[in-house]
Amino acid sequence: MACEDKNLMLHAYSDGELDLVRSLEIEEHLKTCTACAAELRAQQALRNKIRSANLYHRAPDALRTRIITAAGGTASVNRGRGRAAVSPIRIVRERRVFEWFAVAAAILIALALGIRMIPGALNSRSGDLVAEELVASHIRSLQPGHLMDVVSTDQHTVKPWFDGKLDFAPPVRDFASQGYPLIGGRLDYVGGRNVAALVYQLRKHYINVFVWPDDGRQAHLPDSTSRQGYNVICRTSGGMRLCGVTDANADDLREFMQLLSH
Amino acid sequence: MQEEVQGTSGGPAGFDEVVLPHLDAAYNLARWLVRNPHDAEDIVQEACLRAVRFFGGYQEGNARAWLLRIVRNTAYTFLEKKRPGELAEEFDETIHAGERVQPDAEATLLQSVENRMLQEALEGLPVRFREAIILRELEGLSYKEIAEVMGIPIGTVMSSLARGRTQLRDLLLRGRGQEVPRGM
Repeated sequence: MACEDKNLMLHAYSDGELDLVRSLEIEEHLKTCTACAAELRAQQALRNKIRSANLYHRAPDALRTRIITAAGGTASVNRGRGRAAVSPIRIVRERRVFEWFAVAAAILIALALGIRMIPGALNSRSGDLVAEELVASHIRSLQPGHLMDVVSTDQHTVKPWFDGKLDFAPPVRDFASQGYPLIGGRLDYVGGRNVAALVYQLRKHYINVFVWPDDGRQAHLPDSTSRQGYNVICRTSGGMRLCGVTDANADDLREFMQLLSH
Repeated sequence: MQEEVQGTSGGPAGFDEVVLPHLDAAYNLARWLVRNPHDAEDIVQEACLRAVRFFGGYQEGNARAWLLRIVRNTAYTFLEKKRPGELAEEFDETIHAGERVQPDAEATLLQSVENRMLQEALEGLPVRFREAIILRELEGLSYKEIAEVMGIPIGTVMSSLARGRTQLRDLLLRGRGQEVPRGM
C-alpha cells in the first residue's frame, strides 16, 4: 500500500483510535517504512509541543460570577414573575435531597424483596444467547475500518489499561513463547455486563478471550460450542470465567484455553 | 418543590454539575474559535444561558460534549454574522506547502518551536481545523466526542485533524525560514 494512503491511518493510530487489526497493519508497515516512521515521529513531536505549550485559556473568574448570576436570573424568569431570583444551583440542591430520599427508599425496597431476587445480568440470559453474543463481538472486533476503543497492542500496557475501567482485574498473560502472543485488549459488553476482551494471535488467526468474574450465577454456557464457523470454549479459573472465540480450529483453541486456565 | 425544579431544568442533572465544571473548556474553545477574550466571554455567557434554557435537551451522558456543542454553535453564529470571511476561508495548500523538510529533521525542529509561534500558527489555521485540533489536543476528546461537538462524521474528524496538523506543520516550518535544512 502506498504511503500516501497511510497518512490518515497514522493520525488515527497515534491518536489511539484505530481498531486492533488496523493498528497491527500500521505497526507492521512502520517496521519497514522509514518515511512513515519519521512522519509518525513528526506527528508526535507536534502533539507534544501543542500539549506542553500553555495554550489553554481558562475562564476568567469574573465571567464565572457573571454566568452564575445571569443563569439565576433566567431561571427565575422561566418560573414566572413575582418570585425572588433563585439560582438553579440552589434548586438543584433541594431537588437532590428529594432524589436521595427516593434512592434510599428504592434501596430499602430492594433489600426487603431480597437481593437474591435481583438476578445477575448474565444469569438472566440463556447460555446460548451469551455464546452468540461472544461470537458477534468477536466478529465485530475483527471488522476493519471501524474505530473502537482498542488502546494498545503493546502487551505491557494491556493490564494497566484495564485498571479503573472494570470492577475486576482480568488476568493478563502473554503466551508468545507457546505460539499465542498477546496483542491487545479492549472493553466489551457481553451478556449485559462489561467484560475484558484480550486478543491473542495464533498464526493468521485471532483469538478473543472474554473475561468476567465467575460469581456462580452465570448462565450455563456450554464448555465447548461453535457458531457460524467460530469455535467457542469456556473455562473457569482463578475466580474468572474465560471464554475464547476464534476461527482457528477447535483443538488449537482447546490447547490454548488449557494454557490460559492454568 | 418538584414543579419548580421541572420548570428550571427539566433534566435529571443540575446546572452546577453540567455547566459549571466545564466552564474552562467552554471558554477555551470559544477563545480559540473567535481569537479574542472579549468576544469569547460574550459567547460563553450566551451559550451558558442557552444551556440553562434548553436544559430539557440534555440527556444523561457527556455533559462536556453537550455544552461544547452549544458553545461552538453560538460561536459559529457569531462568526457568520460578524466575520463571514473567516468561515469561508480555505487554506491554500499550493501556496503554503513549501519544499518538505527532511522528515527526520522535522521532529527535532518542531520540538524547538517557540510557544508564541505555535499559538500564531494555530490561530492562522482555518477555523474548522483549528477547532478539531483544540478539541483533540487541549481537551483530550475522542474522535467520537469531537464528532458529537462539531456535528460531523467520525471520518471527517479524522481527515480534519490530519489536514489541520499537516498545515500547522507547514506554517511552523515555513516560519522558521532559512534555519530549515531542506530535503533533497
